[in-house]
Amino acid sequence: MQEILQYLFSGITNGAIYAVIALGFSMLYSSTDLINFAHGEFVMLGALCMVSLSLGMGFSLLPAFFFTVLIVAAAGMIFERLAIRSVRHPEPIVLIIITVGASIFLRGLGMLVWGKDAYSMPQFWDLPPIDIAGARLLPQSIWILLIVTALTVGLQIFYRKTLTGKAMIACAVNKKAAWIVGIPFKWMVLLAFGLATGLGAVAGASIAPITMSSYDMGTMLGLKGFCAAMLGGLGSLWGAILGGFLLGILEAMGVGFVSSGLKDATAFLLLLLVLYVRPQGIIGAADVKRF
Amino acid sequence: MTDNKPLLEIQGIGKAFGGVQALEDVEFHLEKASINGLIGPNGAGKTTLFNVITGIFPPDSGQIRFAGKSIQALEVHERVRTGIARTFQNVELFESMSVLENILVGMYTRTRSGMIESILRLAHTRREEKQARDRAMELLEFVGLQDYAHQKSSDLPFGWQRLVELARALAAEPRLLLLDEPAAGLNISETNQLGDLILEICSRGITILLVEHDMSLTMSISDQIVVLDQGKKIAEGPPRDIQANEAVVEAYLGKGKN
Repeated sequence: MQEILQYLFSGITNGAIYAVIALGFSMLYSSTDLINFAHGEFVMLGALCMVSLSLGMGFSLLPAFFFTVLIVAAAGMIFERLAIRSVRHPEPIVLIIITVGASIFLRGLGMLVWGKDAYSMPQFWDLPPIDIAGARLLPQSIWILLIVTALTVGLQIFYRKTLTGKAMIACAVNKKAAWIVGIPFKWMVLLAFGLATGLGAVAGASIAPITMSSYDMGTMLGLKGFCAAMLGGLGSLWGAILGGFLLGILEAMGVGFVSSGLKDATAFLLLLLVLYVRPQGIIGAADVKRF
Repeated sequence: MTDNKPLLEIQGIGKAFGGVQALEDVEFHLEKASINGLIGPNGAGKTTLFNVITGIFPPDSGQIRFAGKSIQALEVHERVRTGIARTFQNVELFESMSVLENILVGMYTRTRSGMIESILRLAHTRREEKQARDRAMELLEFVGLQDYAHQKSSDLPFGWQRLVELARALAAEPRLLLLDEPAAGLNISETNQLGDLILEICSRGITILLVEHDMSLTMSISDQIVVLDQGKKIAEGPPRDIQANEAVVEAYLGKGKN
């Protein structure tokens, strides 16, 4: 019992992170029809920026977090401006390959700036782990869950209540119509990139205290986030959340009860399963494809 | 209004696609608050002209002036902002959104709060949002769809989707409204209702340019008609003159034997 609870806690913590990463994939996809395979690298940038700002430059927690998200979102927008917008024939496959290239570039850049060492940093709250029925819950996990909740609510409000959010969905639903009602399409794509990579930065900065951050951490996180997004249904807000938590929990259970070698395989087994059984994802029925 | 200058001036517009001359030296202007029919056989260049006016692609030659100013350099969304709105022949809605949301998105160019602002100034944004909703409901009432505001737009019958698109175009508060075959796919009573709506829109001071194959509708509501054939303007004038114009009859029916 105690074991199950412990696996569950660690699964939920990882799941929350996968959920935030999946949100980044999903929201970019739902506003631009694009899958950014460099997304994991923005998570890496988030984690390493957070470490540098808080440990290296001595920023306190909140400003460090804030500037990390800002810097990475700006990097995402520069990426869009330089590598995506300038493509003359923006076909999906071309753009996707560009993002794959960008991920390799960013990984190299990360290695140049931060070197090959792995960094760790203290938790946001310096509190001892909480003991629940014999299982230990890290305070950082609570932080992460709070952040995920806030992000979900925030995004929901953004898409449902603000005109900019609606305009962003509009661009994805019907590009021609969005154009003709006067939505500045280029600006929307830029904004979507900024938001999505900002989400990546939030994920990165949140896990910096509970993992070792290094230049090559992004690839696996990105792929898992992508699996989670596919699992829940690409383009769906709740799908991303559901997919993320499901993946995190199944992964933890797989590690706990079957074999620790199964950790990274879980995501891809699930991805294969989803692609065979229900390619639109759990929530991603044709109707609720978008936010 | 003090000046009587035309709202839209089309000056010597030419546009070729490869070897096909879609528009050749087209020239006419639209008076303020008038209804103007743009007719011609298939392939005459009507839709191309619409696309040039809205800025979807630039003309090869010629100039377009809107409210006295050249709009050549403006992008599509900037033209919407200056007051040009349009509808499409095949109805382009945001299918997965509700009818009301479609109209709200149509107001995009008329609301000021950006994203940062909407986070920082929640009260202000909420007020603006409320006003936008009220205005959207008014527009839906205007086209008679107020009871369907929360339905998904793609669930409405085709004729009503047309009306949603019309209301969405009006949401941008245009001075010039381009309608691309608004009556296509509508039955007779719906077409009549549409004609009344167009007259009503015009009486609010909005200039209308209408591409339409339903001649009885076009002839009955238009103040002025421009006829295109193979990219060239072949006639221009009030409906009665156009109906009697030999060149027009020829373009539509072919040359008589005598």
